[in-house]
Amino acid sequence: MMHTNSLYQEVILDHNRKPRNYGKLEHPSHHAVGHNPLCGDRLDISLQLNEHDQINAIAFQGESCAICKASASMMTAAVKGKSRSDAETLIDEFRDLATGKLNTESPHHLGRLTVFSGIRDLPTRVKCAVLPWHTLHAALNSLDNASTEAEQDPVQIVTDNTSSA
Amino acid sequence: MINSANRSSQSGTATTDLDWEKIRNDFPILKLKVDGKPLVYLDNAASSQMPQPVIDRLVRYQTTEHANVNRAVHYLSEVATQEYHRARCKLQQFINAGEDREIIFTSGTTDAINLVMHGYGRKFIKAGDEIILTTMEHHSNIVPWQMLASEKGAKIRVVPINDQGELEFDEYEKLFNEHTKFVGLIHVSNALGTINPIKRMIDLAHRYSVPVLIDGAQAAPHLTIDVQALDCDFYVFSAHKLCGPTGVGMLYGKAALLEAMQPFKGGGDMIASVTFEKTIYNTLPHKFEAGTPPIAAAIGFGAAIDYLTEIGIERIAAYETTLLEYATMRLNEISGVKIIGTAAEKTAAISFTMDGIHPHDIGTILNQDGIAVRTGHHCAQPVMQRFNVPATSRASFAFYNKKSEIDVLVAGIKTVQKVFL
Ligand SMILES: Cc1ncc(COP(=O)(O)O)c(C=O)c1O
Repeated sequence: MMHTNSLYQEVILDHNRKPRNYGKLEHPSHHAVGHNPLCGDRLDISLQLNEHDQINAIAFQGESCAICKASASMMTAAVKGKSRSDAETLIDEFRDLATGKLNTESPHHLGRLTVFSGIRDLPTRVKCAVLPWHTLHAALNSLDNASTEAEQDPVQIVTDNTSSA
Repeated sequence: MINSANRSSQSGTATTDLDWEKIRNDFPILKLKVDGKPLVYLDNAASSQMPQPVIDRLVRYQTTEHANVNRAVHYLSEVATQEYHRARCKLQQFINAGEDREIIFTSGTTDAINLVMHGYGRKFIKAGDEIILTTMEHHSNIVPWQMLASEKGAKIRVVPINDQGELEFDEYEKLFNEHTKFVGLIHVSNALGTINPIKRMIDLAHRYSVPVLIDGAQAAPHLTIDVQALDCDFYVFSAHKLCGPTGVGMLYGKAALLEAMQPFKGGGDMIASVTFEKTIYNTLPHKFEAGTPPIAAAIGFGAAIDYLTEIGIERIAAYETTLLEYATMRLNEISGVKIIGTAAEKTAAISFTMDGIHPHDIGTILNQDGIAVRTGHHCAQPVMQRFNVPATSRASFAFYNKKSEIDVLVAGIKTVQKVFL
């Protein structure tokens, strides 16, 4: 079993203390709410896609643990300014990282997000790290029913979303 | 009366007359190390551990007694049938039921509540009827009734709780009217530890001729249960919270009610005769035990009851109260820790929150020190909503825990605070 201290690293604690992009956008083009039914955590993500399909604004808010909050904070910082398809790539890579499927030796785009690699040894906490990414995916795709999504995902997360796009 | 006489040091039962350390040694799993640290198991409200005599009983059944029950005339089937029946009789005695046929083996508390919902609720509850539940119910005593209510067009009314986590009796009384047809009531809250005044609540419901189901999942391990003195209509609990195996639990129902109910599941064993024109249902308890029951688990359940009875539930309660008092005092000393659920009558379970720190992070960091607590909503989201928290951490104690483990918990909580400083 991993040593937990390697998970609660300073970067993660810092993003937990001072989350970036915390709040809600006034006029989002896309929006989704993710739930982690296991712990009752809830995460709200709103974002603005511009005419080039780039994320020019993104915000999150909700009740969550440090892992989830730090993951959301770092995610919003990472995808801001990125195209929808680059964001989708990051989502896939992060999910693979959290579930231990990503080979961190081969090229990827996660950068500092690899601080979450230790989560793969704590199966009960994988959901916490992945919830923001799953919710972002739901928002970008404006899924009206995310339960099928939950089946494909290692993480059972329920999302409600609304989108004006 | 059930709530006061049987617990705590006031009952006068000495707790020092037993060697609790020796009792602890009956539990092989407690010798485990987690990540090199001795296991400190404080998640007993979720499921308690199994002592060697119960493990041995399961092995003996599986090695010398196993066959299907109620069927064949051969030796093993007779032994298995007899031992399965003996387990039922042990439960009957444990809760002082009038008759053994009033004890139905189920797969657990959840299954037992669903049985009553289908067997009683679907037959007798109609559109416009009202079902009273409490804010404190476990989801297993909410969701089945919601399913019934939406099917029938019935309504759920909810008893509120105060800031200490106690039911508001006056509000309960006000919920009754001529539409009230059923009450579902948790005996001891798994999220808060509160012991509810169920005798008074049952008496009140009976004044309106309303039957009451008691969810005793958290009560049976800690309190003496006397279903005849309580006069409850249904009482349910699971073996795995009483040092028994998973996969089995029991429903007690008054015979007349069980007789009037429709079966829950159809199949073998629950019938007297079957033709394609008509099936005649078997007598109690078989009417509610369709298919091959969890025979081994039921026998293990009986052995667990023997084990607990031998120590004595009152002694267990008195000893656990000393743990509760000590843990409450130690946790109250830590600034930034808040106990949720401060009822006057409690079992040894403490839910707490820590300023600015999410329970999941608390649980993960405590785990690093070998400490097992439960973090989350405890399948009681309405309680979390009432106290305006998303989740709590819960340390729940059993008679095999010791004060030094509470010290380890306290040290662990201080480590958590340091990480998040
Ligand atoms: C009060 C209460 N009711 C019901 C249950 C459900 O028990 P089971 O999961 O064994 O069916 C539990 C277990 O967590 C409980 O604590």
